[in-house]
Amino acid sequence: MSAIALPSHHDEKRARTILTPEGVSIPVTVASRGSRIGAFLLDLAILYVGLFLLVLLLFFIGIGSLLGGADAGTDALNSTGEFFLVILFLITFVVRHGYFLSMELGPRGATWGKRIVGIRVAARDGGRLKSEAIIARNLIRDIELMVPLTFISPALSGEGGSAGWAGLIWVAVFLAFPFINKDALRAGDMIAGTWVLEAPKAKLAETLSTQGAAASEGTSGLTGAQYDFGEEELSIYGEHELQTLERVLREDKIEPMIAVHETICNKIGWNPGAGDERAFLEAFYAQLRERLENDMRFGKRKKDKFS
Amino acid sequence: MSDQRAGTIATPARPKSWLQETGGEAPSDISIAALRSDRFRLEREGDWERLEDILTKVEKGRLRALSDEDLLALPALYRTAASSLSVARETSLDAATLGYLESLVQRAWFQVYGPREGFAAWLRSFFLGGWSRAIRAIWLDICIALFVMVTGTVVGWLLVAQDKEWYYRLVPTSLADTRVPGASREQLLETMKVEQDASGLSAFAAQLFSHNAGIAILTFALGFAFGVPSLMLLILNATMLGAFLWLFASQDLTLEISAWLAVHGTTELFAILLAGAAGLHVGRSMAFPGNASVLEAMASAGRRAAVVMVGVVIMLVFAALLEAFPRQLVGGEANRLAIGGTFLAMWLAYFFAYRPKYDALSHDEDTI
Repeated sequence: MSAIALPSHHDEKRARTILTPEGVSIPVTVASRGSRIGAFLLDLAILYVGLFLLVLLLFFIGIGSLLGGADAGTDALNSTGEFFLVILFLITFVVRHGYFLSMELGPRGATWGKRIVGIRVAARDGGRLKSEAIIARNLIRDIELMVPLTFISPALSGEGGSAGWAGLIWVAVFLAFPFINKDALRAGDMIAGTWVLEAPKAKLAETLSTQGAAASEGTSGLTGAQYDFGEEELSIYGEHELQTLERVLREDKIEPMIAVHETICNKIGWNPGAGDERAFLEAFYAQLRERLENDMRFGKRKKDKFS
Repeated sequence: MSDQRAGTIATPARPKSWLQETGGEAPSDISIAALRSDRFRLEREGDWERLEDILTKVEKGRLRALSDEDLLALPALYRTAASSLSVARETSLDAATLGYLESLVQRAWFQVYGPREGFAAWLRSFFLGGWSRAIRAIWLDICIALFVMVTGTVVGWLLVAQDKEWYYRLVPTSLADTRVPGASREQLLETMKVEQDASGLSAFAAQLFSHNAGIAILTFALGFAFGVPSLMLLILNATMLGAFLWLFASQDLTLEISAWLAVHGTTELFAILLAGAAGLHVGRSMAFPGNASVLEAMASAGRRAAVVMVGVVIMLVFAALLEAFPRQLVGGEANRLAIGGTFLAMWLAYFFAYRPKYDALSHDEDTI
């Protein structure tokens, strides 16, 4: 089966299982650190572009009202300027915190940045994702990012002496957090009991056993030939090969099908013909699956061709 | 479910035993499916697709596009899909179907066990009892933090009383320009005088707020190292306060400085106390997790502390407004003390006396 590519299992290292309160285990994938950084940078960009536009808007409104009250003198000028400064400050504060909170509390459990890269927040214990958890993880974000910034300059200028450096190292620990645990939890995730997972997205594919040769007991629609495999021929392969075959059939590309067709024929001692590969593979797939699934019902599973 | 789904999907409503042979009236796909596992799938995929459709609408926030029936069906469809997944894992080798079901159940799980309320609803429950419940839940940490702060203030006072040099170590002098040991009574009084008009004060308030919020959040965050740095930061702030008080007391201005500080101090110091207590709460749960694992204990303490911290931020907004306006504009010790005292009484009553009936059923038990 060397011609068949290995299954495209997503990064095994990031695969986890959660147990829902119903007792069903669901496989999940922990979001990669790269995608989380990417999502965060996107969020920052969205936030700052949004705030910048807001400032521009306020600025124009401010200019308008300043022109209107120009003859009132410099006092009015000062107080309007101050008023806008305060409004700006309040808006920045609300937007910066409200953006993450309201987005992650929504049905997607993700900010726009996270949605774009396809990740979301979830509860680590498989239970309910609580509002408090979202709030906790976003409160800590402030500390992880803003506090390091305030520590950098005293450390570099040597102003605070060794205390400045100690502070910088301490906050560096926060930044390093996601890189030193296997679930890529940042301090906020740890304290909130959350983690960030890849958001699932899958379309239901067609059933293979209702199409082509699989549906008509191995009869090819093209040549009319009937493919019927015996016990011996079907006992060569296991589940791993079956799923590889399934992928080849679903991709429906001619070259891999020819290659797989040839490999199988050589293996079971048939003479590989040409032109009717798909029907052959459909029939082989359906019959192999039927056999393996039958065994499965009796508790016999064959993992791959070696077992 | 079968009566509800009959209208929406292609398969007829009939008993869902996958062992049952397909009857003559079954749609063509099911009858020609050669494999039992595919027949199992074809019989159920109507439900799955309905669930997927509902999920897509919920995820896009188009709740209005959903009928009540659909919303009510969501939990049931989720459980159906989950049990389909369990069966399929034991009977089907169709990787595409298994993958689809896994992601479908995962998506449904996110919705069924997602945040139950939006931000607005959470904020409402926060003000109507959630805030004070969280504060009462960390009462022990508040007591410890209070003890530490009082001790720190006394220590700061005593240190400076013994040796004036301590003042410069405890109080960053850039913050307290003319307020240094040796300053005359008039100089000190000058720093507490009332501003003539309110211009510039709202910007001052904004600046104060971000400064204080930074300190409070830092105090909380430092709870991570078993609460020790939180306590150290509380002590640092308290000794500074003690030194400051000593300076004014040394010129017989005790009442004046108390009144001046009380206006915003009762709110601000209370907020910093709560932030320290919240940090300590997290640190303490890490050091003594009890029966839970460290991570679990930390997470449930962290969620409780987060509620307290939202409250702290709100208190600091009040404190900054009080510091910028009433303190600079209202003169007279009696007035200043009255404002500070009223706020302290208000906070205490809200946190400890206000106990609305708590409906535990509609909340999660560990958020308290």
